[in-house]
Amino acid sequence: MTGEVMIEVKNLEKYYNGGKIKALDGISTTIHKGEVVVVIGPSGSGKSTFLRCLNLLEEPTGGQVIFEGVDITDEKVDINVHRQKMGMVFQHFNLFPHMTILKNMTIAPMKLQKKSEQEATELAMRLLKRVGLEDRANAYPAQLSGGQKQRIAIVRALCMQPEVMLFDEPTSALDPEMVGEVLEVMKQLAQENMTMVVVTHEMGFAKEVASRVMFLDSGKVVEDATPKEIFSHPKSDRLKSFLAKVL
Amino acid sequence: MSTVMLAISEKMAQWLSTTPSWLQNAPEGIQNIFYQLYQTWIMNDNWHYFTDGLKVTILATLGALVIGVVIGVLIAVIRSAHDSSRKKPPVALRILNALSKLYLTVVRGTPMIVQLLIMCFVVMVPRGQEELLRCATITFGLNSGAYVAEIIRSGIQSIDQGQMEAGRSLGFNYGQTMRYIIIPQAIKNILPALGNELITLLKETSVATVIGLNDLTKGAQIIVSTNYTTLVSYISLAAIYLVLVLALTKLLSIFERRMKNSDR
Repeated sequence: MTGEVMIEVKNLEKYYNGGKIKALDGISTTIHKGEVVVVIGPSGSGKSTFLRCLNLLEEPTGGQVIFEGVDITDEKVDINVHRQKMGMVFQHFNLFPHMTILKNMTIAPMKLQKKSEQEATELAMRLLKRVGLEDRANAYPAQLSGGQKQRIAIVRALCMQPEVMLFDEPTSALDPEMVGEVLEVMKQLAQENMTMVVVTHEMGFAKEVASRVMFLDSGKVVEDATPKEIFSHPKSDRLKSFLAKVL
Repeated sequence: MSTVMLAISEKMAQWLSTTPSWLQNAPEGIQNIFYQLYQTWIMNDNWHYFTDGLKVTILATLGALVIGVVIGVLIAVIRSAHDSSRKKPPVALRILNALSKLYLTVVRGTPMIVQLLIMCFVVMVPRGQEELLRCATITFGLNSGAYVAEIIRSGIQSIDQGQMEAGRSLGFNYGQTMRYIIIPQAIKNILPALGNELITLLKETSVATVIGLNDLTKGAQIIVSTNYTTLVSYISLAAIYLVLVLALTKLLSIFERRMKNSDR
């Protein structure tokens, strides 16, 4: 990967209970523009914590996250400004249930980027069309299926025109028949060269779409390589036994 | 029979003679109840005690609710902001939070009637009915504030943590996320509970009789003290409260249904 550096993670640590539990134990990596980094690992390995530390939803105990050249772990930095450029998609969608789909998508651009309602609506409708949900613009989240909700959650984040998209197990709360439609949207995004960090259990997605796969265990990066190497030539025993279980 | 009793029964006989014949022929028990009704409501325009008292009760209740909501919102904001700050909160916030906690503990840990006695005989020492009403209203408001604060706080806490995370991940700050995302959802949990608080307050203001406030309950007591009509006067009193509470409950349920409808 050659593109410019998007996120640089330096020795990231997250401890709980005063250091007794090490959710992240010194993680360093560099994410380049246009890369699709898929993070895999057994549950409790710290992969979600890692992702949530990238936009500081989780406050790291130590280390640095440098996003577009700015150390956002610095207390003086206004994290809210930088979060606008980092879209996030959650396992449980977290749509705003008291707003229509359209409002869900336009509220942040209107309030934070001072876009006019017309401008924000146009962008939202364009994105809705892309995921085939333009006819649901005035529905409420409760009226949608899980797969539809997650597709909306993705385009809601895209409405802020972020530089990078973070996905926290986006298909784990979905019924199996709805996983495909969400992955399809993510694949499209990857093809458009969106920088993505994806925590997932979908090994198929990792194989097909990832430019790089990180395997985490006990808060450490055990292997970090191309999907081909990870899935065809795993080096460590831990990755081998993990793959034996999930494939 | 003593002369007093004789005098009463003479008055009753006199009153009976002005009533329709079916009552004059009715059993003595029935006659008694009707005479008490007459004494409670009509004689000497006694119903004024109820209407005047009702005004005081309603004033105290509404005043207390307003004070309670203002205090409750303030405390809830302080407590939520303190609890949700990721880093160590600033000193001012920590002091405010400690004061709020102390206030909640004291108010919820002591009986209402004791708070009233302390406020009106130690702290404020009101003179006259107007000052008494003010003192009672403030005391009820201070008391209610503690409960309203908890209602609001639990309303906010009932909203899934993911909502806050989603708001923050889009780039909203804490205040904006509260305003656009959390509060509009929490309101639906808060308002019904606030309605119940209003009902509780309405009934609780009857305690103010101990400091001599001429509220609804005091009105009934005054009537009883002149006529000894305990049965009918106190049942009338209970009926008035009951009607008020039922009316409020009905209003609230209509309101709640409206809010549910706007959900979809």
